[in-house]
Amino acid sequence: MRNLGWTILLAIGAVLSLLAAGFAQDVLFQTHAWVVFFALALGTIFVLRKVDFAGNAAPVDKSGYFDDPIRAGVILTTFWGVVGFLVGVVVALQLAFPQLNIEPYLNFGRLRPLHTSAVIFAFGGTALITSSFYVVQRTTSARLLSDGLAQFVFWGYQLFILMAASGYVLGITQGREYAEPEWYVDIWITIVWVGYLILFLGTLFKRKEPHIYVANWFYLAFIFTIAMLHVVNNLAMPVSPFSMKSYSAFAGVQDALTQWWYGHNAVGFFLTAGFLGMMYYFMPKQAERPVYSYRLSIIHFWSLIFMYIWAGPHHLHYTALPDWAQTLGMVFSVMLWMPSWGGMINGLMTLSGAWDKLRTDPIIRMMVIAVAFYGMSTFEGPMMSIKAVNGLSHYTDWTIGHVHSGALGWVGMISFGMVYFLVPRLWGRERLYSLRMVNWHFWLATLGIVVYAAVMWVSGITQGLMWREYDAEGFLVYSFAETVAALKPYFILRAVGGAMYLVGGLVMAYNVYMTIKGKTRNEKPIAVAHVATAQPAE
Amino acid sequence: MSKKEIDEISGVETTGHEWDGIKELNTPMPRWWLWTFYGTIVWAVIYCVLYPAIPLINGATPGILGYSSRGELAKTVAVADEAKAEFVSQIESMDVGAVLENPELTRFAVAGGESAFKVYCSQCHGAGAAGAPGYPNLNDDEWLWGGSIDEIHATIAHGVRYDADEDTRIGEMPAFGEFMERDQIRATANYVASLSGLEHNEAYVEEGKTLFEENCSACHGEDAGGMTDLGAPSLNDAIWLYGGNVEAISAQISKPQHGVMPAWQDRLGDATVKQLAVYVHSLGGGQ
Repeated sequence: MRNLGWTILLAIGAVLSLLAAGFAQDVLFQTHAWVVFFALALGTIFVLRKVDFAGNAAPVDKSGYFDDPIRAGVILTTFWGVVGFLVGVVVALQLAFPQLNIEPYLNFGRLRPLHTSAVIFAFGGTALITSSFYVVQRTTSARLLSDGLAQFVFWGYQLFILMAASGYVLGITQGREYAEPEWYVDIWITIVWVGYLILFLGTLFKRKEPHIYVANWFYLAFIFTIAMLHVVNNLAMPVSPFSMKSYSAFAGVQDALTQWWYGHNAVGFFLTAGFLGMMYYFMPKQAERPVYSYRLSIIHFWSLIFMYIWAGPHHLHYTALPDWAQTLGMVFSVMLWMPSWGGMINGLMTLSGAWDKLRTDPIIRMMVIAVAFYGMSTFEGPMMSIKAVNGLSHYTDWTIGHVHSGALGWVGMISFGMVYFLVPRLWGRERLYSLRMVNWHFWLATLGIVVYAAVMWVSGITQGLMWREYDAEGFLVYSFAETVAALKPYFILRAVGGAMYLVGGLVMAYNVYMTIKGKTRNEKPIAVAHVATAQPAE
Repeated sequence: MSKKEIDEISGVETTGHEWDGIKELNTPMPRWWLWTFYGTIVWAVIYCVLYPAIPLINGATPGILGYSSRGELAKTVAVADEAKAEFVSQIESMDVGAVLENPELTRFAVAGGESAFKVYCSQCHGAGAAGAPGYPNLNDDEWLWGGSIDEIHATIAHGVRYDADEDTRIGEMPAFGEFMERDQIRATANYVASLSGLEHNEAYVEEGKTLFEENCSACHGEDAGGMTDLGAPSLNDAIWLYGGNVEAISAQISKPQHGVMPAWQDRLGDATVKQLAVYVHSLGGGQ
C-alpha cells in the first residue's frame, strides 16, 4: 500500500486549508487558503493514482542512494531559475518603463519580492536542497535517513515556494526584505526546515566514511543557522489564527537590526555557506583533482561562520543604530574578507594541474567564473561595509549591482555547473545533449553579468554623487526626480544584461530537457583535446 | 582507506581521506592569505579602540577619538550653516525686493531658491518649473496672483486657498452651472475660446459676448485680461491651466476646479522663502 499514507496526509492538509478558507477573517487569507487547497487537492489526486492498492508491486530496493527528489530537484531548479530571471527582466523593464506596471497584482511592489524570492529561495533553495541530498549521500556512502522525510522536505519546500509567491502577488507581506511571507507560511517552512535538519544530521550519523567531508560542514552550517535566523526574525503575533496579518515582536531600531541580522546572514549562510558546500563537491569532481588545502578549508570554514553572524549592522550605517553596533558590523565585515577568499583559493587552486580543462570543458569554465565572481563580490562586500564607502554606495544601484554579481555570478553559475554535472548521471546518460550549448550558456550568462554589474556600478556611483552634489553657494544641486531621470539609460541597459542571462537560462532548460529525453546532439567537440601536459612537480 | 600519498602533479601529500573519489591535499595555508587575515584583525582591534565599539551596561566604550555620528553630523551642518550665515542674515534683515538690488545676494538667493524649489516645489510645478495641468507654469509672464517680487513672495509665504494661513490668497469662481442654462454656458465658452483663436462655433459668439460682459467681466476684465488681485486668470492668451478647448472651458464655467498651494513661511523660514521668491522671479517672467 505504498503512497497511501501520503495520500491521506495530503487529503487532511487539503481539508484543513478548506476549513481555513471557511473561517477566514479577511479576503486575502481566504484566497491564500484556497490556493493551498487546490495545490494539496491536486497533489492528493496525483499521489492517489500511484497508490498500489493490490499490494503486488516489488518492494523498494533501499540498498542504493535515494535519488527521486534529486531528479525532481534538478528539473525544478532549472524551472525556478528561468522564472526568477524572467521576473527579474520584467521588474527591470518596469523601472525603465513605468507603463509596464499592471495594477494591482503585477506592479513593481509585488513583483520585486517575487523576483528576489524566486531567485534566492526557489532557484537557490531548490538547488541547495537538491545538491545537499546528492552530496551527503555520496560523501557518506549512506542512503538518506528516510525516504519519506526526504520527500516531505523536498515537496514541503515547494509548497512553501508556492505559498510565498502567490502571497506576494495577492499583496500579503510582512514588509521584511527576504522574509516577506506572513506568519503561517513562516510556521510551515519552520516545520519543513526542522525536517531538513533531522534528515541531514541523521544521514551524517549513519555515514560509512570515518570523516565528514568539508562540503557537509558548509551544508550543515547553512541548514542550522538559517533555522535560527528565520525563527528569530519572524517572531510575530497574528491578529487572529485565521487572518494573514501579524505584528512583529520587535519595534524601532531593534526591529531593523533583527531584520538585517537575518538579511545579511541569509546572504552569508544561504547564498555563501550553502553554495560553498556545493562548490566543495562539484568542483573537485568535475576537475578530477584533489581539494587544494584541507587546512585552509578548516580555518576558513570556522572563521567564516564565526564572523558572518556579526556583519549585519553594516546595512544600517548612519541610521538610528548606536555607533558601537555600526563599528562592530563594519570591522567584522572587513575581517570576513580573507575567510571568504579562503573558499575562492580552495576552489581555484583545486584546478592546478587541470587548467587545460578550461579549454575543453565549459562546465569547469562555468564553475571557475562562479568562483571568480564569488571572490570579486566578497572583496566588494567588505569594501562597501566601510563607512566612508557606504556613505556613497548605500541606497544606490551599486548595492543592486553587488548583489547581482553575487547572485548571477556566484550562486547562478555554480548551480548551473551542478545541474550540468548531475543531469547525465541521474538519468544514466552518456553525456549531455550538447556541450556546445553549455558553452553558449556560459558566454550569454557571463556577458549578461558583466553588462549588468558594470552598468550598476556606473549608475550607482552617478546616483550617489548626484545626491551629494553641492554648488559653489553650498546648496544641493539636484532634485530626486532629476537623479532618477539621469539613470534611465542604465535601467534599460541593465534589462539588456538581464535578458542575456535569461536567454542563457532558456538554453540550459532546453539542453536539460533533451538530455533527459536521451537525445545527443550531433556536434563537433569543443576543442581538439591537446595531449594533457600535466607536469610533475620539480 | 586512510592512506596518505603524494599527489603527482603538485608534489604535496594528501590527508589520506577520500570521499566519493575526492581527496584533499595537505597544502599549508598561503602565507599572504594568513598575514592579510591577521592584518584585518589587527586593524579591527585598533579601530575598536579608536571608535565606539564595546557595549557595556550603561552605554558603550566611547573610543579614544571621541567620535559619534550624531556629533559628526552636527559639526558638518554647523560648518555649512556658518558658510552661509552672512548672506542668510543679510537676506533676513531686508525686504525681498532689496535682495534684487544686490547682485551678490541675488546670485546666492537664486542658488538657494533653486535648491529648495527642487525639494519642495518640483513635485507640482516640475523640476524646471514648467508646471503641469492644474499647476501653473512659472517660466512665462502670466501670473495668477501677480509677478512682482513682492507678490510672488506673498504667494509662496502664505499659499493659495490654504485655510491654515490667515493671509492666504483667496479667490473662488462661482459654479455657474447652478444658475446658468446649459446653452448659455456653451455660448460663453465659445466666446471665450474665440478670444484666443481656439476652435469654436461662430454662431454662439454673439450671445456669449453678452453673457461674458454680464457675468464674467467683473473679475476677468472687459478685455478678459484677468485680474491678479482676485487670482482671476486672463482668458485672451494661449495659457490654460485646466485645458484650452470648448469642453474644458465649459466644465470650468459650470463647476470650476480650484487649486490649493500650501503656505511655506512657517515650514521653511523667512530666508528660504525669500530665496524661493527670488529664484521664481528670476525664471523669466518676473515683473
